[in-house]
Amino acid sequence: MSLHTLSVAELSASLGRREFSSVELTQHFLDRISSSNPALNAYITITAERALADARAADQAIAAGTAGALTGIPVAQKDIFCTDGIRTTCGSRMLDNFISPYDATVVERLAAAGTVLLGKTNMDEFAMGSSNETSWYGPVRNPWDLAKVPGGSSGGSAAVVAARLAPVATGTDTGGSIRQPAALVGISGIKPTYGRVSRYGMIAFASSLDQAGIMAPSAEDCALFLQAIAGFDPRDSTSVDRPVPRYSAELNSPIKGLRIGILKEFFERGLDGPTGVLVNAVLDQYRALGAELVEVSCPNLPLSVPTYYVVAPAECSSNLSRFDGVRFGHRCENPRDLMDLYKRSRGEGFGSEVKRRIMTGAYVLSAGYYDAYYLKAQKVRSLITADFKAAFSQVDLLIGPTSPSPAFDLGAKVDDPITMYLNDIYTIGANLAGLPAMSIPCGFDGHLPVGVQLIGPHFGESRLLSAAHAYQSVTDFHRRIPAAYV
Amino acid sequence: MSLTRSQVESIAHLARLDISEAELPVYADSLSKILSFVEQLSAADTSSVEPMAHPLDGESQRLRADEVSETDRHEKYQANAPSVTDALYLVPRVIE
Repeated sequence: MSLHTLSVAELSASLGRREFSSVELTQHFLDRISSSNPALNAYITITAERALADARAADQAIAAGTAGALTGIPVAQKDIFCTDGIRTTCGSRMLDNFISPYDATVVERLAAAGTVLLGKTNMDEFAMGSSNETSWYGPVRNPWDLAKVPGGSSGGSAAVVAARLAPVATGTDTGGSIRQPAALVGISGIKPTYGRVSRYGMIAFASSLDQAGIMAPSAEDCALFLQAIAGFDPRDSTSVDRPVPRYSAELNSPIKGLRIGILKEFFERGLDGPTGVLVNAVLDQYRALGAELVEVSCPNLPLSVPTYYVVAPAECSSNLSRFDGVRFGHRCENPRDLMDLYKRSRGEGFGSEVKRRIMTGAYVLSAGYYDAYYLKAQKVRSLITADFKAAFSQVDLLIGPTSPSPAFDLGAKVDDPITMYLNDIYTIGANLAGLPAMSIPCGFDGHLPVGVQLIGPHFGESRLLSAAHAYQSVTDFHRRIPAAYV
Repeated sequence: MSLTRSQVESIAHLARLDISEAELPVYADSLSKILSFVEQLSAADTSSVEPMAHPLDGESQRLRADEVSETDRHEKYQANAPSVTDALYLVPRVIE
């Protein structure tokens, strides 16, 4: 039996029947990490000792009859989540020496659920990037083709799940950072509604957009893990106090009669290649499953990328002011005075894309430009959100591509920020409006996976997951594993 | 929209970033491109639109009672600091 090909539910059932122990399961993944991670560069930190200790505790809980649905299941955490006593780098030289003094709520909840921490995954620096090439620790490689990027910013989490170096990983999504890499490596990824999952201990990039989520082979796996991390947290002032549905129990909700909106703006430009063909085939599959597909329009949606590249840098320039070389993080050698300390610590600690975004943000927030850029972008954000609201008065879900193309070559877009930013053309809208959205694999362009995106109304995660599950019940793209990692 | 070298220098100063002479023209070029790209927002009619700062209006931004909720963990927190003496963060002298 290949332990790494089993779903979370199968792993849990097998652990419960004592077919193997959590220690054996954990060692199996640690062995796979040892052999495959050097080429993929997907983990920044591997927490082998912690993992085996977690696994022993899980085995005791299973023996004592106190195990839950996730007890003993290994998980990889994106290195943006603070882990008590474990280095938390956020992919940056700035935090290369940072040992977090506390756990993020997501980390705390997954530990409380009995999961096993395998390690911390590589990512674009401070989650700013769409290819995982801005990491201080070097790029992650796509398990389907080592010359290609895995997408970003959650590129390490995407790669470890695709190569089955972890059954499940956490991610964060500010403009597509869960969905785009999930699409580029052929796995499922869900970005929940803004406020559904606590941001406490998740290093902030753009606070009105950031949201934590789950990356796993299937929607069924995502449902099990989302259950564990979702819910109110008083330590996050934007956490929403609403009951969490039972996602797994609602996975088999009927598709018949579900109204799915084909987002006109997503299909009318640049979708004539293989990605368009594959996404259109998904529409047919949903029709065959009994869903009703109707065209809907969000006329302001094409403005989402420029809106995002004002709002996100503005919030980033504010959030990243905390890295001052005084309380934690990188400090330059021999500062002449306090100003020199600030400037050189930040100049050395941040990479070029992060500095570019901080400066973009500082500019659009500065006196004389605030109204023209920042306030204007916030108003367009209102227009885009209103478009989505109108669309959801007609349909239950929206559908479109996740990414304009499959994985591209390492180095292909690093010198041109605008081209890189346009990777997120289909994903950013959901962040601006705070909507839940999910990418699932829907086929291959040559040897590279392609994803399709579903977007739901606020707190519509259950609908997203059940629609994705229905598709995955009649397709097997989510079970495909790159040949080198079978 | 094109930013001059001295504008980039002043933005870098505002953002407390040391940018080398060699990097200045590179940032001037890429920041200019980004500002030109976001320029398309000006075409949108937003005359009667309220700005949106947050995706879930009315749902959040709670206040809590002003009660002590944290214990003193300064030793653990300051273990990450580059320079600390007597529980104080040290920086270069500010007042002569």
